[in-house]
Amino acid sequence: MSDVITSPAAQAAHTPHHADYLEDPDFKGIWAWMTTIDHKRLGVMYLWATLAAFLAGGVMALIVRLELMHPGEDFMTAERYNQAFTLHGAIMVFMFIIPAIPAALGNFFLPLMLGAKDVAFPRLNLASFWVYVAGAIMAVTSIVVGGVDTGWTFYTPYSTTTNGAVTMMTLSVFVLGFSSIFTGINFVATVHKLRAPGMGWFQMPLFVWAIYPTAIIQVLATPVLGITMVLLVMERAFNIGIFDAQIGGDPVLFQHFFWFYSHPAVYIMILPGMAIISEIIPTFCRRVIFGYRLIALSSVAIALIGFLVWGHHMFTSGQSALAAGIFSFLTFAVAIPSAIKVFNWLSTMYKASISLRTPMLYAISFLFLFGIGGLTGIFLGALSVDIHLHDTYFVVAHFHYVMMGGTVIAYLGGLHYWWPKMFGRMYNETVARVCCGLVFIGFNATFLPQFIMGSQGMPRRYYTYLDQFQPLHQFSTFGSWILGAGIAIAVINLTVALRGPKNAPENPWGGTTLEWQTQSPPITHNFIGQPTIDHEPYDYRTFKIPADAVD
Amino acid sequence: MTWLRHLFLPAASSVKAEDVDDLFMFIMWLNILFMILITGLIVLFVARYRRKSAAQKTAHIEHNTALELSWSILPLILSMVVFFWGFNSYMQATVAPDGAMEIQVTAKKWIWTFGYPDGSVGVGKLWVPVNKPIRMIMHSEDVLHAFYVPAFRVKADVLPNRYTEVWFQATEVGDYVIPCAEYCGKGHSQMRAYVKVVSQKDYENFLEKGDPDEIGKPPAELGAILYTNFGCSTCHSIDGTRGQGPSWKGIYGAQHKMTDGKLFTVDENYIRTSILQPQQMVVEGFQGIMPSYQGQVRERHLTALIAYIKSLK
Ligand code: HEC
Ligand SMILES: [Cu+2]
Ligand SMILES: [Cu+2]
Repeated sequence: MSDVITSPAAQAAHTPHHADYLEDPDFKGIWAWMTTIDHKRLGVMYLWATLAAFLAGGVMALIVRLELMHPGEDFMTAERYNQAFTLHGAIMVFMFIIPAIPAALGNFFLPLMLGAKDVAFPRLNLASFWVYVAGAIMAVTSIVVGGVDTGWTFYTPYSTTTNGAVTMMTLSVFVLGFSSIFTGINFVATVHKLRAPGMGWFQMPLFVWAIYPTAIIQVLATPVLGITMVLLVMERAFNIGIFDAQIGGDPVLFQHFFWFYSHPAVYIMILPGMAIISEIIPTFCRRVIFGYRLIALSSVAIALIGFLVWGHHMFTSGQSALAAGIFSFLTFAVAIPSAIKVFNWLSTMYKASISLRTPMLYAISFLFLFGIGGLTGIFLGALSVDIHLHDTYFVVAHFHYVMMGGTVIAYLGGLHYWWPKMFGRMYNETVARVCCGLVFIGFNATFLPQFIMGSQGMPRRYYTYLDQFQPLHQFSTFGSWILGAGIAIAVINLTVALRGPKNAPENPWGGTTLEWQTQSPPITHNFIGQPTIDHEPYDYRTFKIPADAVD
Repeated sequence: MTWLRHLFLPAASSVKAEDVDDLFMFIMWLNILFMILITGLIVLFVARYRRKSAAQKTAHIEHNTALELSWSILPLILSMVVFFWGFNSYMQATVAPDGAMEIQVTAKKWIWTFGYPDGSVGVGKLWVPVNKPIRMIMHSEDVLHAFYVPAFRVKADVLPNRYTEVWFQATEVGDYVIPCAEYCGKGHSQMRAYVKVVSQKDYENFLEKGDPDEIGKPPAELGAILYTNFGCSTCHSIDGTRGQGPSWKGIYGAQHKMTDGKLFTVDENYIRTSILQPQQMVVEGFQGIMPSYQGQVRERHLTALIAYIKSLK
């Protein structure tokens, strides 16, 4: 059963004399990094690039919250404010949360978990990264040359008539889309073709089982976004009437196109978060995951039904009552697989051996916050209630609980989980735990009040507001400081660890999946020899916890 | 548990609001129950199964069909209950009853205009009689906006290329805010109007004699009221700070240069044209974004606004 760990290949990897991918003598210097086709190096470059985007988007968020401290002008005009929240949304969605987990952690770990040497198309992977950089540069340019004030949703006809660098920004989204498509294609092919001998579909780690449907959505949905962005640019540049009613278009058509991508994109954002949680929980519980197949298949179900619910963003747009009814129904249908997952994760903690190391703390905070995020979705799926809540802070709070309380928390958990593997260094555990606590408290302080404001009737994207909302806005702003500090210190803590010695063991947590069966950090070709698989993942019955694993 | 309802929801002031609120609270209880369950299980398991030694034995339970079925089916049933309830109350709120009074709503950056059945027009304030069904037929003259009355739990986007509707029947006399709920640019957060729900008698009075708040006021004082009601305050300040339009402070009698280079003295006629045909003379350094108030303001409104601007020294 446990012959992976005792196989000659793994034995050989034990001897720490092989140069790892970070300091491979064959690939030295900046140029080697910039032209690398090693999935691990690309993962690391994506990691820093998306973290930079996260920093930029986060600063925007703090600025927005600071301006909302009081009604009226605090330190910026309405125009600037509108640009700030647009940038916050656009950067976070297109440059951080969509690429972050798949392109950084996915790139790094998908091949490792499959026992492969690399992804299926390493050059495409490199192209994906540089296309991302190009898109990001275009986005930055659009900020410099005039700013964008459309909101990240680019709703027409506002977006086709407002001034500013909307054309540049939408083209940047178009370009970023290709980066996402390339990653998706790569992962689909990799999962189909490069699994280690003995690894059938149901021997794949659940991380892979969630990244795979994500990749499929990336390939199938992103082109629609790309086309929509091009249509928008055509309308702006050549006055071709597609969305603007003044020249014969239909503004609601844009919303259909936009959400046809952007709802599935919600799953591009959350499935990878779930992917991470499905790895952390069995490892820190040291027992088999409960309901492996149900978790795996529910990811697929989410991806499929997720294509049919876009209209729930448009209940007030004047769509027919029949359409609204169908979209509402399907929205409830797509919620069930997520509920199932939460209960499966919880059950994995039953009769387990639970360690409360940082990654597990993040996983627990994920269960709680994603729970709230998912459950508050019920309010918004229910037609008559959504009419009241649509476009209010309630929606803002809801999707931050899912995207930030879900995905970002999972991402932070994932970083703490795999950091020793990626860079071969342990981080300061105490600091990491304290930060996890700060993030949890700060997050709730920021976003819980927003539920109340929203259902009390505070619309979103408001520069100023009625006095009655001020106490809650202020509370939320204070919360954002705690949240910001927590994340900042957590990232600094991880970064500081990079200056220390390479002290991480091969398998510090006692994980069962293949990435733990090679040295930390891995060698350029991942494994010495070809690892094989002859058992289900997360089977701890015969798995030998390595002696140097921490508790 | 009414405190919970009051914490989350503004007082319900229309006939349909109660039903929406009941569903809201039903979902709220589902939320609370499930969160207690999730948190409870986490705390329980962490307390019981916290790792005490590296050798701690763990169970190998791969799955349990009965359990998994139960937590698939139970959420399914509950969510279907919520779906049908929500759909049902949505359908009822969609179709206005026969004989509902019709109001024409025009939205444009960043003012709301209301047209009454007798042909009169009002800006920024919607007068309606209490306990009467009111049907709003809405369209936009520029970008998307959304008509939203939190107290009535109604909302609909307002589109430039077709009419959308909402209807409501207010149950309580009072003033209710109408915040624009679809992002529409710089003045979005100030695109605010009010529903004034009054008794039938007061409503008829309003139709006959006009807004009682406006009657018998000296022009400058009335102008001050119109300044906010008509949304001039969204773009014009009265304290000298530059907004999306020039401040009104001390402009009367001054010489202003237009984008085409012409000079004008700000006098009665200039202000009048500025309000009715703002595109004719666009002040240098500003964009011609001011909406025309032609057909929406009455003669006495103009007089009042001019008097008010004059008074701002
Ligand atoms: C959407 C923003 C907006 C609203 C609402 C608005 N204005 Fe204006 N207004 C402007 C702008 C911009 C200018 C300067 C450009 C121009 O002259 O058209 C202006 C110019 C003026 C001027 C000339 C000022 C000068 O310094 O020469 C007057 C008078 C005026 N507006 C009156 C009004 C009145 C009265 C109302 C309300 C009934 C009103 N405006 C509502 C944007 C607005
Ligand atoms: Cu959606
Ligand atoms: Cu608006």
